[in-house]
Amino acid sequence: MTELAAIDLAALSGPSHGTLLRRRALAHKGLMIGATLLVLIVVLALLAPFIAPEDPYAQDLAQRLIPPVWYDKGSWAHLFGTDNLGRDYLTRIIYGARISLLIGVSVMAISGVIGTSLGLTAGYYGGRVDMAVTFLIAVRLALPLILFALAVVAVIGGSLPVVVLVLGLLKWDRFAVVTRAATQQVRALEYVAAAECTGASNLRIIFGEILPNISPQLFVVATIEAASAILLEAALSFLGLGVQPPVPSWGLMIAEAKNYMFFSFWLIAIPGTALAVLVLAINMVGDGIRDVTAPGGRN
Amino acid sequence: MLAYTLKRIGLAALVAVAVSAVAFLLLRASGDVAVALAGEGASAESVEAIRQAYGLDRPLAVQYFEWVGKTLRGDFGESLYFKTDVLALVADKMPTTAWLALFSLIFALAISLPLGILAALYPNSLVDRLCLTLAVLGQALPNFFSALVLIMVFAVGLHLLPVSGSESWENFVLPSIALGYYVAPPFMRLIRAGMIDVLASDYIRTARAKGLSGASIVLKHALRNALVPVVALAAVQLGLLLGGSVVIETVFALDGLGYLAYQSISHLDLPVTQAVVTLLSLIYVGLTLAADLVNAWLDPRIRIG
Repeated sequence: MTELAAIDLAALSGPSHGTLLRRRALAHKGLMIGATLLVLIVVLALLAPFIAPEDPYAQDLAQRLIPPVWYDKGSWAHLFGTDNLGRDYLTRIIYGARISLLIGVSVMAISGVIGTSLGLTAGYYGGRVDMAVTFLIAVRLALPLILFALAVVAVIGGSLPVVVLVLGLLKWDRFAVVTRAATQQVRALEYVAAAECTGASNLRIIFGEILPNISPQLFVVATIEAASAILLEAALSFLGLGVQPPVPSWGLMIAEAKNYMFFSFWLIAIPGTALAVLVLAINMVGDGIRDVTAPGGRN
Repeated sequence: MLAYTLKRIGLAALVAVAVSAVAFLLLRASGDVAVALAGEGASAESVEAIRQAYGLDRPLAVQYFEWVGKTLRGDFGESLYFKTDVLALVADKMPTTAWLALFSLIFALAISLPLGILAALYPNSLVDRLCLTLAVLGQALPNFFSALVLIMVFAVGLHLLPVSGSESWENFVLPSIALGYYVAPPFMRLIRAGMIDVLASDYIRTARAKGLSGASIVLKHALRNALVPVVALAAVQLGLLLGGSVVIETVFALDGLGYLAYQSISHLDLPVTQAVVTLLSLIYVGLTLAADLVNAWLDPRIRIG
């Protein structure tokens, strides 16, 4: 008898929140395309030593500037051709995905922790704390990001960890702005008041009630920040003040190919396209998460 | 309005002071400038000599206040690399970047206004798709890469425009397109979304009921209200544009502030770097202040609330 009633109730209340989210996600074309592309790039990057045909650092000056296979002079031995030092370009592109993904994820993590903590504190406590954080955000926004990152990297010296740290310590502003606004909204809702009435501590309310409920917005910001960190690293490396040779960073590869661009434009077109595809995939995933988690579920 | 204006100016002044201090301290603290200046393999004595010559051995706070004092008197010091007065150098490059920023912003608005409006009028149409594709691509393409593609197509391939330099107006066309397209996507999205919102509102229905023509409704009644947030965005994007000018000016060897910044940074020319970073920060603070005041003037809810 009781079992029967339980089944009826489940049928009446409809599919659960998780099921709904999954259905919406699977029906969202952009999200699916972006996620597929992103997974593909991540797998390529992780399995680089097994997939890439050659060593990314192995030079062969007898095999310089061979065009990709779709050119008349191209050969199947080097699908994407070779660069000015005779290194296999496909191999360097595959290894380059590692650098870009590493930058995207680590910068996102550092800036995410800083920005989210600031935003949560400001949005939850309000008052003077909020004023102080808002002021910090205003100061950060006024610093010209690329210029400042370039200058700091120039003084310290360019390398992967330095670029990650500098970008991570500079790019927390969007996380802070979005978290602050979202926290202010959730703070005013009944379930936070209910938690306060039951005597929950501030930390418990922040991490147990507020953070889980603003996490969809944070995921969207995370994708935006990862994409923008990847583009910034590429720009810094392109200007010679990011990752240093011979590391296969896509931005650096474009810089190294600049002297040959009039005759061998593929050397620029291939890493440029790789950057665009990766950033596009991340942005599509971000837009998808925003649509799928929005109240009512936009399509 | 007066109270709001004064409050906003006070805040902007505080931000300006804080930014100049942060920029100064971080640039000094991020490494030993004396060692960097002396170059690789310099002896300990020559590093020490440089440290004393530039006053780098004193406490940072002392150095900062001295720098502020000099800056306020218009003395930005002398460039270590170009060996000229920093203020004269910056003033010399300023117009090029100002023109570039202006042309880029005009290009960005020239493509996003018509596209955004048409996309809002005909949602899910071909124009809407085009607008979305352009916006998505613009966000994904690295700006230096689109700049190089533009050079290959229009300068090398079609011989229409110069590859690099800054002698005539023709040198500004490709950089403005590259930089304008880089900042255009948020404009397209905001104008489209704003117009869709406004077109669905009651006063537009009233205007239609009065029998006003379609063009008059869209351009006079709807656009004006959809443009309010665009003003604020323009200020933020102009800041982004000034930062992006470092990359674009370097690609095109356009002799402006951005290229100067790149050269001074690569040669560890601290006085020039400091001056350009501070100047761009102050311009950004001024722009956002202006945008806030314009918005408050356009929308009374902001200045009262």
